[in-house]
Amino acid sequence: MAGIPHDHYEPKAAWEKSLSKRLPIIGLMYDTLMIPTPKNLNWMWIWGIVLTFVLVLQIVTGIVLVMHYTPHVDMAFASVEHIMRNVNGGHMLRYIHQNGASLFFVAVYAHILRGLYYGSYKAPREITWIIGMLIYVLMMGTAFMGYVLPWGQMSFWGATVITGLFGAIPFVGEALQTWLLGGPAVDNATLNRFFSLHYLLPFVILGLVIVHIWAFHTTGNNNPTGVEVRRTSKEEAEKDTLPFWPYFVIKDLFALAVILAVFFAVVGFMPNYLGHPDNYIEANPLATPAHIVPEWYFLPFYAILRAFDDTVWVVQIASFITGGIIDAKFFGVLAMFGSIAVMALAPWLDTSSVRSARYRPMLKWWFWLFVVNFFVLMWVGAMPAEGIYPVIALIGSAYWFAYFLIILPLLGVIEKPLAQPETIEDDFAAHYPKASKEAAGGQAQATPAE
Amino acid sequence: MIRTLTLSAVAAVGLATAGHAAGAYDTHIEDFDFSFEGPFGTYDQNQLQRGLQVYTEICAACHGLKFVPIRSLSEEGGPAMPEDQVRAYAEQFEVFDPEIDDFRPARPSDHFPESGLENAPDLSLMAKARAGFHGPYGLGINQFFKGIGGPEYIASLLTGYTGEEKEEAGVTLYENTAFPGGWISMAPPLWGEDVEYADGHENDLHSISEDVSAFLMWTAEPKMMARKQAGFVGVVFLTLLSVLLYLTNKRLWAPVKGKETA
Repeated sequence: MAGIPHDHYEPKAAWEKSLSKRLPIIGLMYDTLMIPTPKNLNWMWIWGIVLTFVLVLQIVTGIVLVMHYTPHVDMAFASVEHIMRNVNGGHMLRYIHQNGASLFFVAVYAHILRGLYYGSYKAPREITWIIGMLIYVLMMGTAFMGYVLPWGQMSFWGATVITGLFGAIPFVGEALQTWLLGGPAVDNATLNRFFSLHYLLPFVILGLVIVHIWAFHTTGNNNPTGVEVRRTSKEEAEKDTLPFWPYFVIKDLFALAVILAVFFAVVGFMPNYLGHPDNYIEANPLATPAHIVPEWYFLPFYAILRAFDDTVWVVQIASFITGGIIDAKFFGVLAMFGSIAVMALAPWLDTSSVRSARYRPMLKWWFWLFVVNFFVLMWVGAMPAEGIYPVIALIGSAYWFAYFLIILPLLGVIEKPLAQPETIEDDFAAHYPKASKEAAGGQAQATPAE
Repeated sequence: MIRTLTLSAVAAVGLATAGHAAGAYDTHIEDFDFSFEGPFGTYDQNQLQRGLQVYTEICAACHGLKFVPIRSLSEEGGPAMPEDQVRAYAEQFEVFDPEIDDFRPARPSDHFPESGLENAPDLSLMAKARAGFHGPYGLGINQFFKGIGGPEYIASLLTGYTGEEKEEAGVTLYENTAFPGGWISMAPPLWGEDVEYADGHENDLHSISEDVSAFLMWTAEPKMMARKQAGFVGVVFLTLLSVLLYLTNKRLWAPVKGKETA
């Protein structure tokens, strides 16, 4: 691909030449598969493959589930039970799809945090980052709407609470909410449009995933050092990289197999671990569950949403300045969407010239605090909004924003970065001294084992 | 082996059917030792059949199992009753058939009847709709070994009546140590020796509560044994694949890392 010099596909046989002239599809596949990849990538670079696999898994299981599911308020719950009881292998399909959503979010959080730690979002990879954030937002929307489809108590009440957020928007909120729901409350119209969108959005995500891959294949992968692959000559580039096939394909497949073994243990032995018992009660608009809790992957943002009540001075000031237009509820909604927006802006908020936190002694600490804070928010999001919990949620939310809006811009100025290796080859050689000896005479001849 | 877990009413998830909110009542769920717990746990076919008898003779008076097809009683991994026995069992229920516009005796292809009493919840999924276990530290990881505690919740509820009663807004409420809030509108349904088992199995309150709870776990999760087996096969083959890929990867990278190839 552009940037890193490497060998391109040359059609040899007559039919290959003929095909290439008309449709260069083999060349496209060759270049995609043989992309020069920094050879020092660590195990945090496996999540992309996991995510791609899970997306396909969800689409395939989802398409089969749709063949047996009925999107109607009177029949949806029973049709899911029909899948669980009567459809051949239906219980496995459904549990795989249900837990697949959780695996999707485990992988995406690991993938995003890896990007934040190694500065993968920085120039020239801002577009990859932005597309990734778009995918993440669409994933959340898709997962939320999918959770509504079984039409259990949590489906119904989760939908009621979350769509209620749009009602908090001043002036247009109520009309917007009615438009989204297709009526005054969550009902059959809501279920139908959520079903339609839950089927559509994964394909939009698939399209964006292709753009995401296209973007980073153009810039080349980031790597744990954050040092770019040398591009001055093919020889130098080859010292820093290895082709994606077979080196990273096999490595990623190994990681994927391990993750899927754990995944199958969850699906087989505790498939309802991450679900909520209330969702096995059919939706009842007249009975509100004691606690309405979103799925685990939404909890950090749910905590941020609830953190800003009208006792917080920032909320009071915002309310005073806007003459009450921004009330506590709307402020919470802004904070929740804002928390993702500031993350998306990371490429422009981070002022440091060094990519990888490996060479940023201060950022390292703030980053791990960010990770801990993420889990604290997740935990507090599952707790009732009373006692000490709202205080913890508020501190956690404040740190989330501070990380992006204060720490990232400031550290670039005050932090003294450590020395980075000159090249990826140097970094790799530091890890594998024997390899560097062999490489002394020329380049390390990387021939796959026969 | 019976341990006792004490859970706060806040942690115990449940809907107060009588319309009163879960208060600060300390509920407690007894940890029954069911045969289907853990990754290799299986249903006890005899226990499911006993549970079916308890359900049919007592629970079915008010409650229903509308999501459960009667024919599934003959399925493997369940009570596995002979088909003619299931056919005979089905005939005791009357179902409305829109084709003949009249009631007729149920067939195995019909579902169990719905709840006869309006405020008696359907029991098809009850064992999955209640959670007895949340530990350790609220993480719920012990579900791997014990399940979510739904059947334990049901059995604890059936054995948890203290004998206290009170009237509230014209409804009699019964004190129950498993029910969130502590007061339930269902009168004690089991007293012990309510049913006579054909195989002479013990029929004290504890045993029949356990049997019917096991049966309700099966109605909630009829494919549990097939699922565990599929999960086990999946884990074994994926582990094998992981090992092979690990070795492939190691050998593939050995020249790059300057290591000896085996």
